[in-house]
Amino acid sequence: MALTRREFIKLTGMGLAASSLGMIGFGASGVAQAAAVRPFKLTHASETRNTCTYCSVACGILIYSMGDKAKNARSNIIHIEGDPDHPVNRGTLCPKGSALLDIVHAPTRLKVPRYRKPGGTDFEEVSWDFALDRIARLMKDDRDKNFIAKNADGTTVNRWTSVGMLAASASSSETSFLTWKVARSLGMVVFDNQARV
Amino acid sequence: MTNTWGDIRNADVVIVMGGNAAEAHPCGFKWVIEAKIENGAKLIVVDPRFTRTASVADYYAPIRPGTDIAFLSGLMHYLLTHDKIQHTYVKNYTNASLLVKEEFSFQDGLFSGFNEDNHSYDKSSWDYELGEDGFAKADDTWQNPRCVINLLKEHVSRYTPEMVSRICGTPQDKFLHICELIASTCVPDRAMTSLFALGWTQHTVGVQNIRAMAMVQLLLGNIGVAGGGMNALRGHSNIQGLTDVGLLSNQLPGYMNLPTDKETSYDEYMKTRLFKPLRPGQTSFYQNTRKLFVSLQKALFGDAATAETNWAYDLLPKLDIPLYDIIKAFEMMNNGQMGGYICQGFNPLQAFPDRGKIRAGLSKLKFLVTMDPLDTETSRFWQDFGPQNPAKSHEIQTEVFQLPVSCFAEENGSLVNSARWLQWHWKAADPPGIAKSDLWIMAGLFQRLRALYQKEGGAFPDSLMAMTWNYMNPWEPEPEELAKEMNGRFLADVTDPVTNVTSKGGTLLDGFSQLRDDGSTASGCWIFAGSFTEKGNQMARRDATDPREQGLSPNWAWAWPANRRILYNRASADPDGKPWNPRKPVIEWNGSKWVGIDVPDYPVAQKPSANDGPFIMTVEGQARLFGRNLLVEGPFPEHYEPMESPVENVLHPKVRSNPMARVFEHDRNNFGKPSDFPFVATTYRLTEHFHFWTKHALINAVLQPEEFVEIGEVLAKEKGIAQGGWVKVSSKRGEVICKAYVTKRIKPLLVDGKATHVIGVPLHWGFTGQARKGYGANTLTPSVGDANTQTPEFKAFLVNVETTSAPTA
Amino acid sequence: MSDLQSQDYIRRSASTMTPPATRSHEEQVAKLIDVSRCIGCKACQAACMEWNDLRPEIGYFEGSYENPNDLGPSVWTLMKFNEYENEQGNLEWLIRKDGCMHCEDPGCLKACPAPGAIVQYANGIVDFISDKCIGCGYCIKGCPFNIPRVSKTDHKSYKCTLCSDRVTVGLEPACVKACPTGAIMFGSKTDMQHQAADRIVDLKSRGFAKAGLYDPPEVGGTHVMYVLHHADKPSLYSGLPDKPHISYIVQAWKGLYKPLAVAGIALAALAGFFHWITVGPNDTMREDEDEAAREIRETKEEQVP
Repeated sequence: MALTRREFIKLTGMGLAASSLGMIGFGASGVAQAAAVRPFKLTHASETRNTCTYCSVACGILIYSMGDKAKNARSNIIHIEGDPDHPVNRGTLCPKGSALLDIVHAPTRLKVPRYRKPGGTDFEEVSWDFALDRIARLMKDDRDKNFIAKNADGTTVNRWTSVGMLAASASSSETSFLTWKVARSLGMVVFDNQARV
Repeated sequence: MTNTWGDIRNADVVIVMGGNAAEAHPCGFKWVIEAKIENGAKLIVVDPRFTRTASVADYYAPIRPGTDIAFLSGLMHYLLTHDKIQHTYVKNYTNASLLVKEEFSFQDGLFSGFNEDNHSYDKSSWDYELGEDGFAKADDTWQNPRCVINLLKEHVSRYTPEMVSRICGTPQDKFLHICELIASTCVPDRAMTSLFALGWTQHTVGVQNIRAMAMVQLLLGNIGVAGGGMNALRGHSNIQGLTDVGLLSNQLPGYMNLPTDKETSYDEYMKTRLFKPLRPGQTSFYQNTRKLFVSLQKALFGDAATAETNWAYDLLPKLDIPLYDIIKAFEMMNNGQMGGYICQGFNPLQAFPDRGKIRAGLSKLKFLVTMDPLDTETSRFWQDFGPQNPAKSHEIQTEVFQLPVSCFAEENGSLVNSARWLQWHWKAADPPGIAKSDLWIMAGLFQRLRALYQKEGGAFPDSLMAMTWNYMNPWEPEPEELAKEMNGRFLADVTDPVTNVTSKGGTLLDGFSQLRDDGSTASGCWIFAGSFTEKGNQMARRDATDPREQGLSPNWAWAWPANRRILYNRASADPDGKPWNPRKPVIEWNGSKWVGIDVPDYPVAQKPSANDGPFIMTVEGQARLFGRNLLVEGPFPEHYEPMESPVENVLHPKVRSNPMARVFEHDRNNFGKPSDFPFVATTYRLTEHFHFWTKHALINAVLQPEEFVEIGEVLAKEKGIAQGGWVKVSSKRGEVICKAYVTKRIKPLLVDGKATHVIGVPLHWGFTGQARKGYGANTLTPSVGDANTQTPEFKAFLVNVETTSAPTA
Repeated sequence: MSDLQSQDYIRRSASTMTPPATRSHEEQVAKLIDVSRCIGCKACQAACMEWNDLRPEIGYFEGSYENPNDLGPSVWTLMKFNEYENEQGNLEWLIRKDGCMHCEDPGCLKACPAPGAIVQYANGIVDFISDKCIGCGYCIKGCPFNIPRVSKTDHKSYKCTLCSDRVTVGLEPACVKACPTGAIMFGSKTDMQHQAADRIVDLKSRGFAKAGLYDPPEVGGTHVMYVLHHADKPSLYSGLPDKPHISYIVQAWKGLYKPLAVAGIALAALAGFFHWITVGPNDTMREDEDEAAREIRETKEEQVP
C-alpha cells in the first residue's frame, strides 16, 4: 500500500491518504457498526453547494439540510463541511468555516423587524410595512430638505450628503449592484463598505 | 491578489509581512505549506508578534509596528547595492530607465512642491522629462543621474542596515539574513510571493507600505510570474466584489470614478481620463474609457442615456471632496450634518476607530437602519450594557430600525474572492422567522421612494425615476437577472468590424472587448463582462482541472478580467516571449501567438518584439518604480512615524508623521503622547473568530471566549501583571479592562537605543452574542486614516497598561 | 441487537473471549498529526464539535489560547500550546492536537470492567459504547494519555471515536477533513508511516536533527501518531508522555478473568475487587499489586458520584 510521493501531492490539503477507505474502514459495513457506531447522520440529507461567508479565500462548502426542497417544505440545515472538489480549500475549512452551522442557527439571528422609538429603552417588534414605509418617509423628508442640486458655482452636482449608507461586504455582488443602484439613484455619496476594516 | 491562491505553491520564497496568513486565511495558507513541502520554499515572517504564521516559518524577525517602509527601503538598498536585481526585467519592464524632471527633489522628509500653509503638494514635478514627441525620455544605459533607478538608489541609500535596525528594532543580523533569503529570487527562475493584509493597509502610510514591497518585487522580477506577485489577502467574503462594483463613496462599477464638481460636463470628465501613451508604440487602455462609461450609463439609465443627454451624465451625483469615507461620515454625524444612516451587514460601533466618537455620532442621528442577520452592537448602541456600552437611552433621540436579513446559506448569488474569482452559490434553506433578503429590502425601499416621489414630487426625482428596473418581479429582483445586467448585453444588432460576426440585440456580451461607446451596448460592471454569457453562468463552472498542477484551475468559476488568473502574465516571459522559468511557464510566444495555461494579459497575436510593454494598464507599458503623481505623499515610499509613536523620526525630525494624513481637528486633540501612553499597541484578529460575527456562534465562542490583550514577559514583570490577571489598557480615547496573556511571543524591541514594548489587542469582543462581554479594541484606536485611502491606523498607536480588578457591571 | 456477534471487534472490554476478527482483509488505520505544519487554528476542534454535536460551556480566558481549558465529555480534542525557547534562544511555538491516541494496546479497554463498553475494531479504532458504560472512570486510570472524561450529566465516559460513523461510510474523520494545512492525515497505518518518513526527511533538512515519528511501542503503537520536530523530547509538546505506560492497576488486571472482576466492581464494589486481586493469578508481580492497590484507593477517592 506504499504511496509514491507524487500520489500524495494530489492529496494536499486533504488529510485522506490514497488508500481506499472502503478497505481500511469497515469493509462492507459489518455488523459492528450497525450495533455500535453512531448512525451516519447525512444519509437522507440534501446537499447544496455554497461558499463560506467569512474571509476572501472563499472556500467551497457543502450545506446539508433535512427536507427534500419540495416547494412547500421548509429545509433545516443540519451540517456544513468543506467541498472536496474546490481547488482552493479542497474540502478543508478553518475553525470559523467548520462552525458555520452555529452562525446559521445562532440564537441571536434576527427573525422579525424591530423598532426603537426616540428615547426608548427597548425594541418592539413591527411589521415590514411599518418599517419600510417609515424608513422611506424619513429618507424622503431628509432628502427633500438637504438635496444639493447645484453647488455655489452653479454646477449641477445632484448629491445628497445627509443620509449615508454602509454596504455589506458579505452580500453577493448581485445584492451590491442593486444596492448601488438604489443609493446612487438618490444621489447618495456618503456611501462606503468594509474594504478598510 | 495579482496571482491566485493555488499559485502560491509555485513560490520559492514566501514572505508574510503586513499580515498573518495562517491565522486569518488558514485554508489559503495551505498553499504556503504546499510550497514548503513540495517546492522546498522558505517561509519568512516579519511581524511585531511571533504569530501562528511564525510558528511554521523558516525564519522570523520582529519589527516595530508602523516601520515597514524603513525595513523595505533597507531591503531595496540591499538589493541595489549588492546588485541582486533581475536586470533584464527591470530594464525592460519597469520605468527604471525613464528620466525624471529636474525639478523633482526630496529633502528633509518632503518631496518637491510641498505647501506648508495648507499641507498640500503641487505634484507637477513628480513626472517624467518629456521629449518634443510627447513621450518620456529614457536612458537605457542608466548613466543619467535622473534615471528613475538612480533616483531610487539615492532615495533608499539612507536606509542602511544600522538605520533599519534603529527605526524598526529588528536586529541587524536578522534583517540581513532576510535580505539574503529574498535576494535569492533575483534570478529568472526563482520567485517570491508577498502575502499581506490589513497589517499593511491599516496605517497612515498603508498604500506606501504595499508600494514598497511591490517595488521590491519588481526589482526581483517577481511580478507576473508563477509563484510571485503582490497578494493582498482580502478580509470579507465579498469585499473584493463590493469594491469591483464600486460601493465606495467615489466609485462607479469597474474602478471608474464618480465625477467631481470640477468635471462639469461629460467631455470634461473624459478629458482627464483618456490618458495618452507615454512611450513610442505603446497603446493606452484608457483610450477605451468612453466605451466603458457609456455602456455603464446605458445599463443604469437605459433610454435616458443618449448622446444628446451626454449619456445622462448629470444623473450621477458629483463629489465636492475626494471621499465621503466612514471617518468623514462620523465626523459629519458628530457635527450634526447627517440625519440618517443605513448599516447593511456592517457594525461600525465595533469596526471603526474611537468607539466613543462612533457612539456619540450615532446618538445625533434622526434615524438609524441596520440590515443584518445578527443582533449587532450598532443596532443597540442606545442601550445600556454596563461599562462595555454605557448609554443613556432616554437621552438618545435616534429612531432605530433593526431589519432581519437572510445569510449566505439562504440565497443564490456570486462572491468575488481575493483572487478575483466570481463563484456562484446556491440557496439551501429559507431565512428564519420573517427575515428577508437584502434584495427584497432594497427593492422595497426603492419602490416606496419612487411611489412617494410620484405622488408628492420633491427634490430632483429624475435619477430615481430613470434608473433601470426591468426585473420580472420589481419588488424582489432575481440574482440571475442582476448578474446578467452586470455582465451586459447588446442593445442593437452589432457587427464586429474585424470578424464580421453580427451579434443580435438583446444577447449577452462575451467580454468587455465588445463594449461600444455609441449606446449599442450596456454593461453594469464592465470587468464582469464574460461572467454570464449566452453559454450560461460562467461563475457556476465547476471543472477543477488544473493544467500542469500550477494551481490556476482556469475552468473553475470565472475570474475578472477575461478569466485571467495571473495579472501581468506577459511579464512571466522574457522580452523574446520565452518563460523566465521554463519549469513553471504561464504564457509564452509560440512564433505566431501567445499560448499557455492562462489567458494572456497581452494582445494574443501581438509579437513580443512589439513596443507594447507588459504592464498594459500603465501608459508607459512599464511598472513604476517611480510612482509619478498617483499617490498623495510622494512618488517613492518614505518612512513616516505613525500618528502616535513613541519616538521621533530619526531621518527627519521636523517631518515626523505623514504630512498628507487627513486629520480632523477634534481628532488631533485626541492623540496621546508617549509620556502618558508609553507603549505601542497593535490590533488584530485571532483565527478562532471572524470580526464581530463569530462571537454569535457557540463553537467559536467556546474556542476563544473572552477578551484579552497580549503582553510580553518583560513588561508584565515590570508592571506586576500576572498570567491571566486583569489589566486596564488605556489610550487618549478610552480604556479596556480585560485579561492579560503574558507571553514569550512579544519581546521588547531596541528602537533608537530604547526598549520599546508592544501590546497586542485582539478585537473580537463586544456586548452582543454568546461570547463574554468585552469593550472592543476600537475603544482605544485613533481616528486617522491612510493619506490615500483613509483606512484607519489600527496597527500602531499608543497606550498605557496597568493591573486592575475585574470590571463591575 | 447484540454486538457480541460482531465480526469486526478484535478486543472487547471485560469479556471472556476475544471476538473473532474475521475481517482480516481490513487494514489498520491511523491518523497522522504532523505538528510541524500545524498552525494551531483549532479547525479540528471546531469540526469535531460540529460533527459530533458537542457543545461544551463557554469558558473564560485563562492565560493561554487553550480553550476549553481541558478535554471533557464534550471536548474530544484540544489544541495545546507551548512557548518553547530552544538552545539557540529562538522561540518555537509547539502546538499539539491532543485527544485519544487509539492505542494498539488500549489501557482504557483493559481497565474497563463493563462488558462491551469499550471495543476495538479490526481497523484499530478504539470506541466507547455508551449504553454499556457504567461511568466508573476506570478507563481514565487505564489511559496512559489522560484522555477519557466522565460526564457529570449522564455518568458515561466519552472520548474521540475517530469518527467511526464517518469512517464507516468511507469518509475521513471530521478533524482530518477540516485541517486547513493538511497537518492531520488519515489512511492505512503503513501509508501514514511512509508519509511520516517523508516529512521527517524534510524536517531534518530544515535543521530539526531530532525530527521523528511518535508511535510509542509501550502501548503497542498507536493509531494516532505524531510527526514531531523534537522526537527526542515528546514532553515538550504540552506533556506528551516520553514513555507512555499503562498504569500498574491495569497491568495487574492483565490476563485476568474479567467477568468475575466485573462482578467485583459492579456488584460488590471495590473492596471485593481488591480482595480478588490479591488472590489472583500468579503472573502478577508483587510490586505491581502494591502499586495497583494504591491506585485503586486513589481511584476510589476520585470517583465521580
